[in-house]
Amino acid sequence: MYRYDEFDQQAVDERVAQFRGQVGRRLKGELTEDQFKPLRLMNGLYLQLHAYMLRVAIPYGTLSPRQMHMLAHIARKYDKGYGHFTTRQNIQYNWPRLVDTPDILADLATVEMHGIQTSGNCIRNVTSDPFAGVAAGEVEDPRPWCEIIRQWSTFHPEFSYLPRKFKIAVTGSEHDRAAIKLHDIGIRVVRNAEGETGFEFWVGGGMGRTPIIAKKIKDFVPKADLLDYATACLRVYNELGRRDNIYKARIKILVHEMGLEKYSALVDAEFARSRGTVKLPDAEIARIQAYFAPPAYEALPATSTGFEAHKFEDKGFRAFVRTNVHAHKVPGYAIVSVSLKAPGIAPGDASADQMDAVADIAERYSLDELRVTHEQNLVLPNVKLDDLYTVWQQLSAAGLASANIGLISDIICCPGLDYCDLANARSISIADELQQRFADLERQYAIGNLKIKMSGCINACGHHHVGHIGILGVDKHGKEFYQLQLGGSGAEDASIGQVTGTGFPPERIVGAVETVIGTYLSLRHGDAETFLDCYRRVGLAPFKAALYEAR
Amino acid sequence: MKLVKNASLIADGRKASVVENDWTLVDDDAELPEGKAVVVSLARFRAERDKLVGRNAPLGLRLKSNEAPASVADDLDRIALVALEFPIFRDGRGYSHAVQLRQRFGFDGEVRAVGDVLWDQIPHMIRCGIDSFEVGDDFPLAAFDEAATVFTRHYQPDTTGRPTINELRHG
Amino acid sequence: MSFYMELVDMKVLTANRLDDGAVVYIGKAAPWVEDLASALVAVDAGAEGQLTETAAAAVKARRVVGAYLMPVTVEDGRILPASVRERIRAAGPSNRPDLGKQALAPALPR
Repeated sequence: MYRYDEFDQQAVDERVAQFRGQVGRRLKGELTEDQFKPLRLMNGLYLQLHAYMLRVAIPYGTLSPRQMHMLAHIARKYDKGYGHFTTRQNIQYNWPRLVDTPDILADLATVEMHGIQTSGNCIRNVTSDPFAGVAAGEVEDPRPWCEIIRQWSTFHPEFSYLPRKFKIAVTGSEHDRAAIKLHDIGIRVVRNAEGETGFEFWVGGGMGRTPIIAKKIKDFVPKADLLDYATACLRVYNELGRRDNIYKARIKILVHEMGLEKYSALVDAEFARSRGTVKLPDAEIARIQAYFAPPAYEALPATSTGFEAHKFEDKGFRAFVRTNVHAHKVPGYAIVSVSLKAPGIAPGDASADQMDAVADIAERYSLDELRVTHEQNLVLPNVKLDDLYTVWQQLSAAGLASANIGLISDIICCPGLDYCDLANARSISIADELQQRFADLERQYAIGNLKIKMSGCINACGHHHVGHIGILGVDKHGKEFYQLQLGGSGAEDASIGQVTGTGFPPERIVGAVETVIGTYLSLRHGDAETFLDCYRRVGLAPFKAALYEAR
Repeated sequence: MKLVKNASLIADGRKASVVENDWTLVDDDAELPEGKAVVVSLARFRAERDKLVGRNAPLGLRLKSNEAPASVADDLDRIALVALEFPIFRDGRGYSHAVQLRQRFGFDGEVRAVGDVLWDQIPHMIRCGIDSFEVGDDFPLAAFDEAATVFTRHYQPDTTGRPTINELRHG
Repeated sequence: MSFYMELVDMKVLTANRLDDGAVVYIGKAAPWVEDLASALVAVDAGAEGQLTETAAAAVKARRVVGAYLMPVTVEDGRILPASVRERIRAAGPSNRPDLGKQALAPALPR
């Protein structure tokens, strides 16, 4: 993975010093809260319900064990012993003191981490495929390009006060695990007929109040033009994006209102004028790609007799393998998902001890690497089949072996009204109840692949628009209420879920989900038809009937 | 209000200084003062272009944040100062407008930031090509000193012409 | 609860402390208290005005941020926030009884 050179380190160190000065000016009264707020936000520091909240970037979701140990250290020293992994490859601490945040950021800087641009109307933390570099069938590891974008977007002088926040995601695979069509700019690494690497650009996707699937704006941007083309996209948006209404300020509204053709023409004109301004030398691409060279994999047989034997003998291990272990591009290795969706724990939460445990496991058994996913889980990307059983045992000992990846209990869920200042309703409590209701693993298998995604407000941090089943918490006359949406997807077949109708009070929303599941099971064409396929075949009507006609 | 000039700050490390404002901002319906450097709105410039460029005194233009420099591209060589309005600090259109003035149109006159200019925005403004700042009387000059030193290097090319980190990495 | 109490519009002034972000209230005895039970309840516009003034001064003095009045009811002498949001702020995250004010004072109203 990437390592900072002296320039990267200096930039982050200077940012810490700058923020220390800003906090000092705030405490001395030289800055009002109104003036300080945008500065703290651009360092990831929010003020939430109970306390400040610090959001730390995990650029494109890649972490070293050393970095994970530091995240654990910060949770212990400055917070309350845990952290929350978000839907944007960040980690959030819920209880830091303002006066400690410069020290926290200084500690993070020692392991090449920061909270830079994790909030504010700037280019946010670049996200990617959690299986980048290890998934079979990938065109190319997208992470060097993510790192190039990270550096280009860091402290960008022109794009730090955009109309609204700006999120970029990059994938190198056909199968989209990075939800690129739900980003302001989504980028897919592709190869043209000549075998050259380039980028398919998607623009104007997003969730929030007005969910829109991104539109493809370019089939192939040559690699040397990556940053100039992105600059042109952003410059047009910065000038013309709406600033009169915060809910209409995202690029998706600009592209939607203006039309893709017109926006695209403006970008092309700007690109033609400014092409060649942001130089991306081949030597720099090569320098960064070298950091992402495949680790020293051993030459191993594609199967492991020990692994097969443990699978045969141990039911718990068998269940884990069934859902949490995925094909690796190198024979004899596997990708292991570590679920942060254990019953009774808020989705995405991990204790400092768990962070340390998974860091130790990654160090010993995953070639020194970890990933975080937008589905709020962790990944050990490089585990030998021979080591899987040991890894599973160690994960079990740390309470990290929930065998539910991709199943109904693997719920994406924002912090909701239990923590968040913007939330209208709780989401963690509903997730907990859903997990209890569907706790039986055999029942989860019977239901099959199903993504429930839940947000506690319209901002959609919990991605409810693209959940196969989406739940949105709203405030109805001072009471929590939950709307149900069906048929969304954040993958390559992206779609926005349809609202079923009137919402449900907290005591009835889990029952409503059960009704939806029951309807699906009665309608599906054989066990292989997933919920999403079934929904797309039969439509909303039978679900609506089941949900509302009995009432 | 005071005017702070910063043109050479990055180049030779000189501290920013408060300078006399030689420019008179003239309301749209006011008389043009004889022989004086004036700053007018885009609306007035459009209405009285020939008269304004025919005067024997420097001409400045004040652009609102929704008024792009491209709309006066053909006249920029007759204009000595462009004042970009930052109505609220969140409105960042002026950054793109400054970059366009410098990079796209090669404007080498004065680009002035007016309005809601915050301490921590000054480094970005300088990098986008803004070289003077109209700020409140109590605005600390220390902000300009810090702007010169807060970040030693930068990733993106900018209008200051300093080498980027990539240029330093690869010579 | 008396009929009279239902008619009165009762409010407590809350904010977050600047240096650590903790939820605080203007108290009966001290300007800023962490426990809602010790908060001063305003029952008329005059009292609300006084609370707002005290808060504005504290914002200016950089003790607190984001000050506002929140509606409450008083039942059997206990102050209860009207909204779910304020009940959670007064207690802590509802999924983690070991965190927030509820961890110190488990008897706080939920």
